[in-house]
Amino acid sequence: MDFAFTEEQTMLGESLARTLDRGAAAAALFDLGAGAALLPEDAGGFGGTGPDILMVFRTLGRAVAVTPLLDGVVLGAGILAAVGELDLAEAAATGAARIAVALDEPGQRFDGTVRTAAQDGLLTGEKTIVAGAEDATHLIVLATDGLYLVIAPADGLAMRGYPLMDGGRAAEVILTGTPARRIGDASLLDAPRAAAILALCADTLGVMERAVELTTDYLRTRKQFGRPIGSFQAIQHRMADLLTEVEQARSAVWNLAGNLDTPDRDRHVAATKSLVGRVALYVAEETIQLHGGIGMTEEYELAPMARRLIAADARFGDSDHHLERFIALSAG
Amino acid sequence: MDMSFTPEDQAFRAEVRRFLRDRLPEGLADKGRLHQELTKAEYEEWHATLGERGWLAGNWPVEFGGAGWTAIQRHIFEEESALAHAPRVVPFGLAMLGPVLQKFGSKEQQDRFLPRILNGQDWWCQGYSEPGAGSDLASVKTTAVRDGDHYVVNGQKTWTTLGQHANWIFCLVRTDPAAKAQEGISFLLIDMASPGITVRPIVLLEGTPEVNEVFFDDVRVPVENLVGEENKGWTYAKYLLTHERTNIAGVGFATAALASLKRIARAQVANGRPLSENPLFAARMAAVEIDLMAMSTTNLRMLAQAAAGQAPGAESSMLKLKGTQIRQAINDLTRRAVGPWALAFPSEAIAGASDDAPPGPPDAAAATRAYLNNRKLSIYGGSNEIQRGIIAKSLLGL
Repeated sequence: MDFAFTEEQTMLGESLARTLDRGAAAAALFDLGAGAALLPEDAGGFGGTGPDILMVFRTLGRAVAVTPLLDGVVLGAGILAAVGELDLAEAAATGAARIAVALDEPGQRFDGTVRTAAQDGLLTGEKTIVAGAEDATHLIVLATDGLYLVIAPADGLAMRGYPLMDGGRAAEVILTGTPARRIGDASLLDAPRAAAILALCADTLGVMERAVELTTDYLRTRKQFGRPIGSFQAIQHRMADLLTEVEQARSAVWNLAGNLDTPDRDRHVAATKSLVGRVALYVAEETIQLHGGIGMTEEYELAPMARRLIAADARFGDSDHHLERFIALSAG
Repeated sequence: MDMSFTPEDQAFRAEVRRFLRDRLPEGLADKGRLHQELTKAEYEEWHATLGERGWLAGNWPVEFGGAGWTAIQRHIFEEESALAHAPRVVPFGLAMLGPVLQKFGSKEQQDRFLPRILNGQDWWCQGYSEPGAGSDLASVKTTAVRDGDHYVVNGQKTWTTLGQHANWIFCLVRTDPAAKAQEGISFLLIDMASPGITVRPIVLLEGTPEVNEVFFDDVRVPVENLVGEENKGWTYAKYLLTHERTNIAGVGFATAALASLKRIARAQVANGRPLSENPLFAARMAAVEIDLMAMSTTNLRMLAQAAAGQAPGAESSMLKLKGTQIRQAINDLTRRAVGPWALAFPSEAIAGASDDAPPGPPDAAAATRAYLNNRKLSIYGGSNEIQRGIIAKSLLGL
C-alpha cells in the first residue's frame, strides 16, 4: 500500500505552488504544464490520473487561485478526449483553446431532463451557470441526443454573465438556432464529470487546509482577557474537531483519487462529494466564527476562502444530493 | 397554566397587523424580504411613519414620548414587523441610548437629545468595540483626557453599524488609565461632525459596507456630553447591553425566514418532485421548525417573567445562543434550497457589476446574501462563546 505521490507529481506540485506564490496568471500555469498534467498521454497530456488531479488542485486550492483548469481542462478537455476530439483537447490542455461546458438548465437544480435540442445542426435551448462561458473559444453543450460543440462567437449564441461566489465568472447561455456539431453520446460525460468532482474536492481540501492554518495563526496571536484566545480550552477543542474533520475530508479525496478508474468510481464520487461538501460548510462557518468580526470582513484573507468553500457544496450536486446518490448506488 | 395571549394583547396584535398592512410600503417590504440594503432615507421614512402613529419608541415610558409598551407588546410589535418584512427600527438611539439617558442622563441631556431621537433629527451609532476590545469589551483603549471644559478623545472604534449615516456616536472611553479595566471607563456623547473624526467603511463577506471603523484624532468633546459620572461608564454600558438583548431571540425574523424557506422549497424541483417533499430536505426543515416552536415558548416564558417584574438574567444568553443558531440554520437551508444558483455572487462591491439580474429563482441572491451576512448573528452582541461562558458561570455556577 502506498499513499505517496510520484516524484514527478511532487515536483509539479512544488513548482506550481512557487509560481502561484508569485501571483502568476493562468498562462504561467499552462506553461508549467499544469494543464497537460490533467490529461492522459493518449490525449496529448502526461498525466490525467486521480493523483495527478489531486496534486494540481489541492495546490491551486491552497493558493485560493482562480483558474480555468477545472472547467476548461479537467471537464472540457476531458470530454473532448473522451469523444476523440484530440487536437482540441490538447489545445485546451495547453491554454490555446478555452472550453466552457454547458450542462445544467434553468429550473433543474442538480438533476432533471435536458430540453436543449438540435435540429439540422442548430441548437436551441437555455443553459445555466456555465462557468467560463464569456471568454470561451468553444462550448460543449449537452442536448437531448448527445454532446455538441459550438465555436464561439456564433450566430444565435447569447450570454448574460455574472460573478460567482468562488471568485470566477459564469453566464446564462441562450442558444437560438446556434450552429453546432455533434461530437458524442451523453454517457461519455460520466468519467470527465467524476474527474471534475475530484478536482473540485481536492481544491476544496486545499482551501480548507489554508483556512485552518490561518485560523490557528490568528488564535495564537489574537489576545482577549489578557491571553491568546487559542489558550482557551473551549476554542482548542473546536479547533481539534475542525482538524479531525479536515483529515476525514483528506481521506475522502484520496479515496476518490484512488478509485477514479475502478468500477466503484461512482459510489466514491457520491461519498467524497457528500463528505467534502459537508465538511467545507463546517470549516467555512467555524473559521469565520473563531475569528470573530474580522472573519466577516472582505479585506481579511479568510473571506474569499470561506466563500469558495460554500460555493464548492453548490457545484456538481450538494452534499444532500450526493448522499441520496450514495444510497441509490449502495442499494441491492 | 394558560399559554394564550390576553384579549388585550390579541387586540394589540390585530392593530399592529392592520397598521403594517395599511402603512408599510410594498417596495420597502420587498427589499426586506430580499435582504437588500436600505438607504438612509428609507429607514427615516419608516421611522417617520411609526413616529406619526406614536410607535417609534415602543420601549420608552410615556413621559419621554414613548408608547410605554409592556414587554409582551414590544414582542408582538417586533414579531409582526419581522413577519411583514418591515425595516427594523434602528436601535442605537431608540433602544440603546434612549434608556441610558432616561436612567442616568442629566435633565439637560434628556431634554436636548431625546426629542431629537424621536423626531429623527439625530441618527446615533454605537462606539463600543475596538480592534483590541471585542469580546473583552472592558479593555477599551480609546482615551478621553480632560482639558478645561473639554475632553480630548483619541483612539479607534470598530464594527460601528450604519455609522456612515450617523451624526452622533455614544462611546466608551478610558478616562482613568490607572484604574482596573472596568473602573476607568466613561460614557461620552460625541458629535460626528467634530474635527478629527474619520469614518471608514468595512465591506462584509456578502459585499455590503454595513459596519465602519471610526477614528478619533484629538477630538474635542464638551464636558457636558459626559453621561452620569466620570469612570462609571461600565455600569451604563452594561445597562445598555441588557436593552440590546431584548428581542435577542429574533423569533419574528426566524418565523419569517422559515416561511420564505418553505415557499422556496415548494417551488424548487428535486428528482421531479417539489423539494419540500424530498424526505431528506423535509426532515431538515421539520427539525428546525420544531426547534423554533420550542425556542419561541422559551422566549415567551422569559417575557412573562419580565412582565411579572423579574429582571432578565443570564437566561437571555440562552435565547441569544439558541435564537441565532436557529436563524443561521434556516439561512443555511435556504441557501441549500436554491441549489446551484447559490453560486452566483451578486456583489458589486466585491465582484464587480453583473450584466443583468442574477440567474435562478428570484430568491437565490437573497438566500446567499442572508446566509453570508447572518454569520454575524453568532459573533455580535456578545459572541456565542461569550454567551456560553455566561451560562456556565451564572446559571451553573461553574
